[in-house]
Amino acid sequence: MGLEEKLPDGILLANVEKLVNWTRKSSLWPVTFGLACCAIEMMTFGAPRYDSARFGMEVFRASPRQADLMIVAGRLSQKMAPVLRQIYDQMPEPRWVLAMGVCASSGGMFNNYSIVQGVDHVVPVDMYLPGCPPRPEMLIDAILKLHHKIMNEPLGPKRAKRLEDEKVELVPSTARFAK
Amino acid sequence: MADDRSEPAAEPTGSLGGFAKGFGLTFATMFRKTFTYQYPFEVRDTAPRYHGRHVLNRHPDGLEKCVGCELCAWACPADAIYVEGGDNTPEARYSPGERYGAIYQINYLRCIFCGLCIEACPTRSLTMSNDYELALDDRQQLIYTKEQLMAPLLPGMEAPPHPMRLGEDEKDYYLVETQAPLQKGAPQSMANEAGRPVTGTATEVGRHHG
Repeated sequence: MGLEEKLPDGILLANVEKLVNWTRKSSLWPVTFGLACCAIEMMTFGAPRYDSARFGMEVFRASPRQADLMIVAGRLSQKMAPVLRQIYDQMPEPRWVLAMGVCASSGGMFNNYSIVQGVDHVVPVDMYLPGCPPRPEMLIDAILKLHHKIMNEPLGPKRAKRLEDEKVELVPSTARFAK
Repeated sequence: MADDRSEPAAEPTGSLGGFAKGFGLTFATMFRKTFTYQYPFEVRDTAPRYHGRHVLNRHPDGLEKCVGCELCAWACPADAIYVEGGDNTPEARYSPGERYGAIYQINYLRCIFCGLCIEACPTRSLTMSNDYELALDDRQQLIYTKEQLMAPLLPGMEAPPHPMRLGEDEKDYYLVETQAPLQKGAPQSMANEAGRPVTGTATEVGRHHG
């Protein structure tokens, strides 16, 4: 375990990083989190027509302990938000969140008191997927972009440092507040 | 009590024919046409009027069709569109007529692709393309600005600002013969490749089937 720390940055560490990331992205197991109509498209994505098994993720886990990707498909109500957070907390690291559809990404057209205006208020989101609902191709596209992101993730101390850096970052909701 | 339990029913052992029938069905499935649509490797066209990413169109001389009226923003049920109009001046003319859309933004994290903005647009400036690969890991990049939404300049078009080339009056721009060059050429709703936002890690994969 201490090998990565002792070695200078070299070919061995880089290759281990790639290998580990490859294994992680090649069998992402999504936790079942269909909340609304986007879940119908998500089920289509799992069915033979679009066949998520091609990406090693046909098995939608009902238990968060065995899952590493959370596809939040649908609008998240205020009452459901603690449940979502708890299920996210129960998932082991490394874990990723994909906000599927505009409701999960920003609240969409439901700009009202009952809907959380984007799941990034509750959990950190790695990929935003617009669409209402997004067609299964769009979900595949988002997942391939997420694969690309996973492949470029650092490992070990570098990862710890990056997570530390990310912790304080607050994303402004609009360009207006970014200034 | 275990003694007087009746004998279990005979197992349906079946004949060799039953065996062949069952496994034959499984075996025959191997020769069926594959049902799966191999999306990232094989891209099929959407329906021609599929509601994809928006495009702001141009007149045949390159001037913008958008007049900055904000009717699209008013029609939008999700409040995804933000428009600010500006005044055309003789020195800087972006569209025929008095006004043009100075700031135009569509927030794709709110847009539900319903097409009400397209119905509301009085000049057919706003239309939708069939482009749907929009996923990104950055919320700010998903607010598309005017530069990203504008249709590319087709041959014969000139980038605004420039004076009106197709007539003296803005009314000349809305005649059948004036708009005729657009009917012949490629549809303006073709996705603007340059309009893809640039982001940290996801750009290369965005074009995974080039």
